[in-house]
Amino acid sequence: MGDLGNLLRVDIADGLQLVNPIMTASGTFGYGEEFSNFVNLDRLGALVVKGISLKPRPGNPPPRIAETSCGMLNAIGLENVGLEKFVSDKMPFLRTIQAPVIVNILGDTLEEYAALSENLNDIKGISAIEVNISCPNVKKGGVAFGTDPAMVFQVTEAVKSRTTLPVIIKLSPNVTDITATAGAAEDGGADAISLINTLMGMAIDHRSRRPRLANIIGGLSGPAIKPVALRMVWQVANVVKIPIIGIGGIMTVEDVLEFMIAGASAVEIGTANLIEPDATERIIEGLHDYIEESGCRSIREIIGSLQT
Amino acid sequence: MFLLLRHTVGLASITTVHPSLHPKCISHEAYIEPFAPSNIMMPIKCEAELLGNEKIAGDTWRITLSAPALARGAGPGQFVMVKGGKGANPPLWRRPFSIHQVIDNERIQLLIKAVGTGSEFIVSRRPGETLSLVGPLGRGFTLPEHAENICVIGGGVGAAPLFYLTSQLLARSTKPDTIKVFLGGATAADIQVLEKDFSGLGAVVLVATDDGSAGHHGLVTELLFHDLDPAMQWRVYSCGPQPMMKSVARYCLDKNWPCQVSLETLMACGISACLGCVVRGTGQTDLDGGGPYLHVCKEGPVFGAGEIRWET
Repeated sequence: MGDLGNLLRVDIADGLQLVNPIMTASGTFGYGEEFSNFVNLDRLGALVVKGISLKPRPGNPPPRIAETSCGMLNAIGLENVGLEKFVSDKMPFLRTIQAPVIVNILGDTLEEYAALSENLNDIKGISAIEVNISCPNVKKGGVAFGTDPAMVFQVTEAVKSRTTLPVIIKLSPNVTDITATAGAAEDGGADAISLINTLMGMAIDHRSRRPRLANIIGGLSGPAIKPVALRMVWQVANVVKIPIIGIGGIMTVEDVLEFMIAGASAVEIGTANLIEPDATERIIEGLHDYIEESGCRSIREIIGSLQT
Repeated sequence: MFLLLRHTVGLASITTVHPSLHPKCISHEAYIEPFAPSNIMMPIKCEAELLGNEKIAGDTWRITLSAPALARGAGPGQFVMVKGGKGANPPLWRRPFSIHQVIDNERIQLLIKAVGTGSEFIVSRRPGETLSLVGPLGRGFTLPEHAENICVIGGGVGAAPLFYLTSQLLARSTKPDTIKVFLGGATAADIQVLEKDFSGLGAVVLVATDDGSAGHHGLVTELLFHDLDPAMQWRVYSCGPQPMMKSVARYCLDKNWPCQVSLETLMACGISACLGCVVRGTGQTDLDGGGPYLHVCKEGPVFGAGEIRWET
């Protein structure tokens, strides 16, 4: 076996070097503990936890999920234990794993994002912050932060100015021009960009003529969104200089390679974890074998190597 | 599993006094006994060889799988997630099924009603083929130390987890004639195999059918109302369609009988990662003054009847 450490190593930011490009996507991997019997968590490139808000959130009424062709819809409603409980109940376990822990944060106002960033800055065992900007800005009439480049800039700046941790901005795909919000994140000081969050979708039960989610609409994830995600990663890679983390329906080693060829330095595995709880480790092993057999000296050689 | 262990501690705090000792006014308090620690096993993922596949009613099948590592730690009421497809465009999610029986600590049986692409794929597997399983999952039934004066009531394929439960109850009972099983189905053909098998365990079995072709002509819950001496203290276990379980739960709460129900919901993962499988609990939270959301895959699928807010 080759030098495993170097073969798959990728760099996301100053102080955020991953032993491999396989990360977990927020909201599909709990707080890590849930998967400890399926995956050797130490082997992950990074572990991104379920999104945390300042106060606990109960989430949406059921039904919260619906299965669709090659995908699923969810309207969980950002159910989470809140910052305080996260730090007291979840961090002790997360400190025991070797993989970098990235905390995904979400808020309703700029101030909430800033407060989360400031609070997490002093917590031991956190390697970076990922910012979910797909939430509605309650002070701006409920327009999602992530759909307006000016607000993306403000959120990025607000989070970045309160922490010395690397900041990853997770982009919403529900926009006309993904390069505009990506550019705003870069201008605001983001260390990296992750994309895509879920695509807004809907499912209907034709017999009852009712929506299949209590929330009526929800976020689409899974293999169904992979082509959209690949397109957006490629577009963003053409305009920003900071590293990109690709997300969207990744189930296999081949999917990972496609995202990296499109320009991603790393990827997040999401929906696949729900179906194959050992998906991340299986993909890491497969990726290692692939790179070793391909003759590449490092997986970094394939980042952005798309031939057009 | 860390979560389950912690949860067990949490449960102990709501286990107080036997409900019959409570004054009537708080009979709707959550009542469930501590989850037996011996039932806690970390879930695993495994490929299980299909050993047998038997059609027991029109669209209901009983499959037998070899899964020693999983079977050893599986308690009654726990469930497994089964991959329902291979090849191009299979259903994305695994499908949840209660464990119907554990045989010799190495085989498990599942009772599956074929209702869609996933379940149809699973029941059409032949012996020698394999199925991918994740389990055992969730919080199962809690059993009393001495099993007596117990009523197990199931509707349709809801009988699935009750078979393993009943065999375990009988194994710890010196009074099997006080363990009654009530089974409901649409027709005699739907339940004749189950009736025979439950009787074979040694339980007292009564059936009800919608069309009157076997047993009581009507709802299985009517057996509960008419055939259990209301003056006695019964312990009730139930699984079946939502309206049936609601009716059972309300009756038992009213009588102050301990009652456990096994719920079914849509599930994407079964391992408390997606948080999609919630039902509303009783009690008070900031959430519009009502109870919390309970995750069926983690806090359930078995709940005390008083833990669930039964919608009107």
